[in-house]
Amino acid sequence: MSIVQESITAKPKKRRINRTPYLLILPGIGWLFIFFLFPLSTLLATSLQKPAGISPDDGYLPAFKVSNYSSALAEYYPQFFRAFLYSGIATVICLLLAYPIAYYMAFRARKYRNLMLVLIVAPFFASFLLRTNAWKTILSGDGLVVSVLNSINLLPQDRILNTSLAVVAGLTYNFLPFMILPLYTSLEKIDPRLIEAAGDLYSPPSQRFWKVVWPLSLPGVISGTLLTFIPASGDYINAELLGSIKDKMIGNVIQSQFIDLRDYPTASALSFTFMAVILVMVYLYIRKSGTDNLV
Amino acid sequence: MASNRPKVEDLHLVNLTKTFGDFKAVDNLTLTIPAGSFFALLGPSGCGKTTTLRMVAGLEEQTSGQIKLGDEDITFLPPYKRWVNTVFQSYALFPHLSIYENVAFGLRRQKAKDIDNQVKAMLDLVELSTQAQKKPQQLSGGQQQRVAVARALINEPDVLLLDEPLGALDLKLRRQMQLELKRIQTEVGITFVHVTHDQEEAMTMADTIAVMNEGRIEQLGSPIQIYEHPKTAFVANFLGQTNLFEGTVAGIEGDELVVKVKDVTFYVPLASTEIRSGQIVFGVRPEKVKIVDQGKTGLPKNQINGSIKLTAFVGVSTQYEVITNWGQEISAFEQNIDPSDLGRPGQAVTLAWEPRHSFVLDPDQDLTAGLDTSWDE
Repeated sequence: MSIVQESITAKPKKRRINRTPYLLILPGIGWLFIFFLFPLSTLLATSLQKPAGISPDDGYLPAFKVSNYSSALAEYYPQFFRAFLYSGIATVICLLLAYPIAYYMAFRARKYRNLMLVLIVAPFFASFLLRTNAWKTILSGDGLVVSVLNSINLLPQDRILNTSLAVVAGLTYNFLPFMILPLYTSLEKIDPRLIEAAGDLYSPPSQRFWKVVWPLSLPGVISGTLLTFIPASGDYINAELLGSIKDKMIGNVIQSQFIDLRDYPTASALSFTFMAVILVMVYLYIRKSGTDNLV
Repeated sequence: MASNRPKVEDLHLVNLTKTFGDFKAVDNLTLTIPAGSFFALLGPSGCGKTTTLRMVAGLEEQTSGQIKLGDEDITFLPPYKRWVNTVFQSYALFPHLSIYENVAFGLRRQKAKDIDNQVKAMLDLVELSTQAQKKPQQLSGGQQQRVAVARALINEPDVLLLDEPLGALDLKLRRQMQLELKRIQTEVGITFVHVTHDQEEAMTMADTIAVMNEGRIEQLGSPIQIYEHPKTAFVANFLGQTNLFEGTVAGIEGDELVVKVKDVTFYVPLASTEIRSGQIVFGVRPEKVKIVDQGKTGLPKNQINGSIKLTAFVGVSTQYEVITNWGQEISAFEQNIDPSDLGRPGQAVTLAWEPRHSFVLDPDQDLTAGLDTSWDE
């Protein structure tokens, strides 16, 4: 009784508020404000501007021209669609390629684990542009890949470069590490004794995988697919260097609108729409996969 | 599925051996565990008890030897085809599944019928019905332990393997769970094979104990048998405290062997040993030894004088270390009836015990075997 009373009377003393956490997040907030929120609102404003004259040299005037969005979408929806299609296919291939590698590293590799990690990260030491250009040489008509595939009649078009296949292959190659690393991280956290326990409880190997390993690796699958799909769908380098004119993705359109045609409102409207679509897709994806139920 | 199978079978281990590199973890082990028994494999860490268990479960491949359930050779069956389930030391509950689904896991894999009723009955048995929808990490250690037991038991295996199942629990909970497991085993009648390094736990629960050391079985028997009549110094030391004496046989008197240790004469039952001459090692448990002031009469036949070196009051008993005139330390536990009358260090006393309370070890023993190992874990 006396203890309870003491604690009640002691309460209204002075409650000290610890300001340190707030001070510590201040630089981050400031950074986000200057380099994210501010450009984003500028982008939004630009996307609604109207031209001041006939030529882009005349500049643009502040306005509320919503039709920028509808006309941009009407003209460039195929590139939108293509961006999501190519990056979707690349993401699926990445997942299929990355899962066994990540699984091997997590459960089998032992002393080779670190070596494998280094090898997976190694391509980042060379620039993205350079690596994609290298693929151009690898896939070129007189390259080894094409001549081998041609000799066994596996190439209906006689070439790989400047086809959608090359774009998807390039995307897959470039974003594979972003799939492997999160997968590895979440597989590595799985206690191998859980797999033993599943075996002990009448699960043959396939069930051990689908009932224990796969559900426990879902956080890695989700972050891996997001880290692959989002940047891949906005990518324009692969389509630019490896694809034909018919393989252009939305990134290419935005890039040429901004840089070549200087049609800033259309480019901004496309960027904004792209961002919104990605946000909605990611939201639905995460809701559907129910990550909050996972450990 | 489980109900279609014939009755629970004996588990036979035949010349079972497991080596890791040069290290023999399990050394030519032959053992029959009768159906329906509560069997304990007791030993210090590294004695091969867990390796033995894992070989029975199919989680570790034997180097040589055979494992049989009844007449069926299961030596090379993968774990998921053996009618054996394990309660893991770490419990290994599936963190992504509810308690209900954890328990249902084995039945679902076997595509059993009527899973819901079986799971509910099992959760009742372990008193966790109200926790069914929670995730394992929301439960306490004791509750998780019961889930692990339920998850294994629901499959009605021929043999349930328990790998140090209570190691992670605190003392009070451990005591409670020991009785709980014993109750469940009696109720379901399945063979339990229990691996532990805790001799008290083994004695509380098991009806047969195999004491293991360095990959071999040192002694096999009921808890009372191995406690009262240990055959080796390792067993004597590992299961509680013991006083060991090295002496020479001086003759036979009636049904007792006369043994001289230095200048003192002791008597041990003839029936307890084959030895009739030469060197002999015998022992007596501290709680059998009476401690009295010197000069008292009417004492048991085995007597030795000494002086108290140490007195420790531990509640239920007072433990004395008494030193003999040749410098050997002997422990004696006196039940706590009148704590005001404790012996003091330096006091001259007589220790006495009945000849029938002595046990004789097999010849050629290292008397310190098993002395430190029990505190490993």
